[in-house]
Amino acid sequence: MSLNIIVLAKQVPDTRNVGKDAMKADGTINRAALPAIFNPEDLNALEQALKLKEAYPGSKVTVLTMGPARAAEIIREGMFRGADGGIVLSDRAFAGSDTLATSYALSMAVRKIGDYDIIIGGRQAIDGDTAQVGPQIAEKLGIPQITYAEEIISADNGQVVVKRRIESGVETVKAAMPLVVTVNGSAAECRPRNAKALQKYKYAAVPSEVAADQSKQEFIAARPYLSIGEWNAAGVDADLEQCGLAGSPTKVKSIENVVFTAKEARRIENNDEELEALIIDLIANHTIG
Amino acid sequence: MANFYNDNESLKHHLSHPMMEKIVELKERNFADADKYDYAPQNFDDAMDSYDRVLEIVGDICANIVAENAEDVDHEGPVVSGGHVTYASGTQRNLDATRKAGLMGMSMPRRLGGLNFPITPYIMAADIVSRADAGFENLWGLQDCAETIYEFASEEQKQKYIPRVCAGETMSMDLTEPDAGSDLQSVMLKATKKEDGSYVLNGVKRFITNGDSDIHLVLARSEEGSKDGRGLSMFIYDKRNGGVTVRRIENKMGIKGSPTCELVYKDAPAELVGSTRLGLIKYVMALMNGARLGIAAQSVGISEAAYREALEYAKDRKQFGKAIIEFPAVSEILSTMKAKLDASRSLLYACSRFVDMYKIYDDIAKERPLTVEEKKEQKYYSRLADAFTPLAKGMTSEFCNQNSYDCIQIHGGSGFMKDYACERIYRDARITSIYEGTTQLQVVAAIRHVTTGTYLNKIREFEAMEVVAADEAVKNTLVFMTQQYADAVQAVMGVDNTKYHDFMARRLVEMAGHIIMGYLLLEDTQRNDAFRRSLNVYVKYGQAEVERHASFIANFQPEQIENYLYTD
Repeated sequence: MSLNIIVLAKQVPDTRNVGKDAMKADGTINRAALPAIFNPEDLNALEQALKLKEAYPGSKVTVLTMGPARAAEIIREGMFRGADGGIVLSDRAFAGSDTLATSYALSMAVRKIGDYDIIIGGRQAIDGDTAQVGPQIAEKLGIPQITYAEEIISADNGQVVVKRRIESGVETVKAAMPLVVTVNGSAAECRPRNAKALQKYKYAAVPSEVAADQSKQEFIAARPYLSIGEWNAAGVDADLEQCGLAGSPTKVKSIENVVFTAKEARRIENNDEELEALIIDLIANHTIG
Repeated sequence: MANFYNDNESLKHHLSHPMMEKIVELKERNFADADKYDYAPQNFDDAMDSYDRVLEIVGDICANIVAENAEDVDHEGPVVSGGHVTYASGTQRNLDATRKAGLMGMSMPRRLGGLNFPITPYIMAADIVSRADAGFENLWGLQDCAETIYEFASEEQKQKYIPRVCAGETMSMDLTEPDAGSDLQSVMLKATKKEDGSYVLNGVKRFITNGDSDIHLVLARSEEGSKDGRGLSMFIYDKRNGGVTVRRIENKMGIKGSPTCELVYKDAPAELVGSTRLGLIKYVMALMNGARLGIAAQSVGISEAAYREALEYAKDRKQFGKAIIEFPAVSEILSTMKAKLDASRSLLYACSRFVDMYKIYDDIAKERPLTVEEKKEQKYYSRLADAFTPLAKGMTSEFCNQNSYDCIQIHGGSGFMKDYACERIYRDARITSIYEGTTQLQVVAAIRHVTTGTYLNKIREFEAMEVVAADEAVKNTLVFMTQQYADAVQAVMGVDNTKYHDFMARRLVEMAGHIIMGYLLLEDTQRNDAFRRSLNVYVKYGQAEVERHASFIANFQPEQIENYLYTD
């Protein structure tokens, strides 16, 4: 049976190699100083999707991302590695979205795509580390979710079997499709770009990129596989009240740089005295309270 | 992210050589595939962009997967059981990655599933792979056996086998036997024609790289009673049919990840390639030429790895209160290593461009008659490829040995320990000047281009090159070296003694090599100032080498050769 798979991906600043200029004075990320990359765990998610595509011939993998037009770069990246196409969800109205607004917008885009069996995303993005968007999308769509997935073992008869990483090991669970699966960084690494796919898709673009570079217009128009979808808020029937800053209950009060001073892990025994001492410590250093 | 292509500007320099425009246009038949295949280039710039970006994939896989696995592969190695080989786990991961990336059958035409890349970018990929793990290059690089199928096999065989290679099946060239190493005319593996016209193979092969491959090219004796090379034919053995088992794999000094197999053929079904009796004299010669270019690429990749390891260590290691790179005794070694590396690479890509030109013309000639002008070019480049291939294989492999030796020297006592990559590089380098014909055999192939003047004619063409004022002096040195070379050739050939000619052959070939590499670096420097340092260092080195050989020849009385001969 062939599957329609949506991969949720995010273009993120590469926070793994941050330098001194990684943050601006106002405490926000200096995106100009950090290269934009495919969020690492979303690549793990893409690999799971591509494995399913191999196992279930005829399956289609669509990469969905929300961001400015330049986020088309990660759609292309996905296509170079084996995805069939993608959609960039892009609108000024989405600016400033927290996880709630993001998951709302993405869930509306998923609804517009309509025909899907599995939505796969990375567990979390390296710029926010919230791990909320995937689960929130599942809730908004009213479908099951499996988190911390390491391997999607099968997707037969309307059910997926997934091996998931838990604190003490792994467990294998089953759920009905359609569903959301979020993939852990410990899952298989994504395959490299493919030479033929790269040559085939290197000129793929969203309409706003095509408009900016007239020279490729005719070429792309003649080759439908080079058109990457670009949808705005109205295009996915999004309620603007639930989008962007307006739809984001998260308010950042202030941000400060934290320098870790603790050298080693501390072991707390499971008894009242030590736990109480820890709580007092944490209150004293403003970690809680 | 580390990338072995993006971090190496000299690769981009050679890829952008002016001759590429003609190579690409011919290879792409004026971009006739553009509307037939969705991954075919539209024009020259598009093609170059594709090579660049595909090499970026190669650089990524090599830096992040192949190089990372190299040490474990060296320790683990392949094993044989039940007559078949299991690769080291890292080797398997390397193969999976290169297959998924579609880096197999790179030079094969699109209609057979390939990328239709010219030889030059393909060789560049081999250069990058070898820097990451020379042993892995042996497995990955055996895809060039598909060239031989493409050139000489029937259309049916091409359709049957080449798409499989492009999809990632591995190949091997089964030539060597216990009593037929350098002397392939002595091959005994027996090919018997059955009543239905098909063949079966019986016998033993030895030292077969990747001998448990999916698709084998086999040299066997089809003409019963024959004793020499004219009784040998080439066959394809398909592993799917069974009949060949691996008896043992060799325990080698280097390239340990690459299984070197002893094979037993028991009524192994095989298909004849081309005509009988042409196996050695035509097909294997073509196969070997391709393989020699591959070894030159492997040598350059190893030289690159050796230089980088040495440079990094010399910057890092402090003695007497400063980094050892600050001592002239150390920095001279490094500069010379770099000059030999750059010279090797310039020779490699000059050679690969010549190979590209004549092979593309050969291929076009199958589709339509060549024009007079094209025929002339085909002949010109074919001759240059023939002259430059043994020169490149010989010189680059000797330099890669020297560089890996010097890499250990820079590391001092630490280099002798198993703790640094340099000892693996040293062991891996050693085979390059031996297999696919020892340096001594490369000299045998190259010497006729000394005597017939192919090298000197090419050097004269180089002499016409316009150079900037800064390089006039070095050009004059090269002109002077050429005179020494021409004089030496005349002196040696003037003596009527073939043993004496053979005795002096390597010296003459090396002299030509130094001058040619000097000119190639001079040409590179005109396009890119970054090469000037290596140009100056190399010509200084080459000048001394040419002088040394000239002096040896000038001071040698032909009768003194007796001191060097062993006769019972």
